[in-house]
Amino acid sequence: MEANLIDKSVIETGEMVLNMGPQHPSTHGVLRLKIHTDGEVVSKIEPIIGYLHRCFEKHCEKLSYEQIVPFTDRCDYLASMHMDHAYSIAVERLLDIELPGRVEYIRVIIAELQRIASHLVAVGTFGLDVGAITPFTWTIRDRERVLDLFETLCGARLLYNYIWPGGVSHDLPPKFIERTLDFLDYFDPQIDELNNLLTTNKIFIERTADVGILPPEVGINFGVSGPSLRGSGVNFDLRKNEPYSIYSKFDFDVPLGRGEMGTIGDTWDRYYVRVLEMRESAKIIRQACAQLPDGDVHAALPKKIRPNAGEVYGRYESARGDVGFYIMSNGKNIPMRLKMRSPAFCNLSVLSEISEGWMISDVIAILGSLDIVLGEIDR
Amino acid sequence: MTFEEIVAFLDNKANGKSSVIEGKTVILVSPENWSEISSILKNESKLNFDYLMCISAYDKGDNKVYGAAYNFYSTVNSHYLEVWVEVEDGTSIPSVAELWKAADWHEREAYDMMGIKFEGHPDLRRILLSDDWEGYPLRKNYKEPDYYHGLPVPKDKSYWD
Repeated sequence: MEANLIDKSVIETGEMVLNMGPQHPSTHGVLRLKIHTDGEVVSKIEPIIGYLHRCFEKHCEKLSYEQIVPFTDRCDYLASMHMDHAYSIAVERLLDIELPGRVEYIRVIIAELQRIASHLVAVGTFGLDVGAITPFTWTIRDRERVLDLFETLCGARLLYNYIWPGGVSHDLPPKFIERTLDFLDYFDPQIDELNNLLTTNKIFIERTADVGILPPEVGINFGVSGPSLRGSGVNFDLRKNEPYSIYSKFDFDVPLGRGEMGTIGDTWDRYYVRVLEMRESAKIIRQACAQLPDGDVHAALPKKIRPNAGEVYGRYESARGDVGFYIMSNGKNIPMRLKMRSPAFCNLSVLSEISEGWMISDVIAILGSLDIVLGEIDR
Repeated sequence: MTFEEIVAFLDNKANGKSSVIEGKTVILVSPENWSEISSILKNESKLNFDYLMCISAYDKGDNKVYGAAYNFYSTVNSHYLEVWVEVEDGTSIPSVAELWKAADWHEREAYDMMGIKFEGHPDLRRILLSDDWEGYPLRKNYKEPDYYHGLPVPKDKSYWD
């Protein structure tokens, strides 16, 4: 006869709340997740953010337009150039100034190099999240080459303060274009190696395919943007749909999630869109380098930025998605109100929705595939 | 659709419930009419504003009127719209988190930073600051506290100059 050793009436079978973070390697920064679980199945996630809040918007109300650029650098520290570029485009629209052609080309080359660097971190750390250590060292090694290029450009490796409203801080250094093309020649085969090592790896596909599916209409409703939305098959890229700067001059494709390994919009698709985007960025850089005109990069730099009273909402396709700078000016040299629409902020808000019903280990994969940067979420 | 066409469409559907701000391509809606106008923006197939990009709370500086600027985009029709909803301090704006899930966190941020209350929001708490924070930092009349949890806040700003 089987002895009833366990008194089942005292075993709690209700919901358990598991705390993850704020100090946790898989949360990509100081993010805390309150995970409501039933067994190991997730029923709800409450992301708790704000640990990195540095009062960016309040600071902006006390700084002149030129002084804000170093602050935008520190929002998304993995894609600082994109933040500067986005902010500069918004201010230029407010000022209504025309830029010299060389500035636009330099900006596009730099922005696409930055996109490669940022996606390399995203792809590498995503591998790390699901247990693949080697790809991370490879992607970081390649990113280092981009950072070396940026170092010759402006002296900084992470926070550049390079793209200013009205221009860029320095012209390109000698041989920058040759070095960039050398890097691209080196980089193209590296993507194939990455695909061999990680993308088509059986274990990796097992962990990521069919996991955390984001339906397109849910993504749009939650305001998800960038590669995370394109992974769901939504053909929306601001560089293509609403070309800012000079993106309309270049020939490139917008990679979309096609559900090759599972369902459209799963974590594998979001990952693979980033890999493909690096190829497209390389394509844009090659075209821009070939067409780069001569000229003065400081021609349009205003002495003092004092826009007329009014509002502007500037959109920009950064590595993480649709960055928006909403600037309200009252005619002074400091903005009356500056609000930054952070793409990762909106992307993170969908986490609870798409993690429901998955295991805790899958939540790590889903979070990694959303590619969040806490500096940008908390501002 | 251009801005003028959107305004004409709204006038046709809900006459007198929205107005155009002079000299701007912005629609001003009062809080009483906002739930009706917002559902028209979302559900009418000609407008179809399915993508709420941003909600920016703003303070005009008179310590009385606070506003929220909504920036909409339609991924289907590729047009934009900016809507301002202004309230006096103490009254609330109807929440649109039911229509656009993106509004959930943006409204929480507006509440956190500017103290605008959103009626019908599922979970209106502070989002970036800690729950015990006092005051709304992005208001123009906000004063930095002298103490936080008994710790003095350094106020020496000589190094700024």
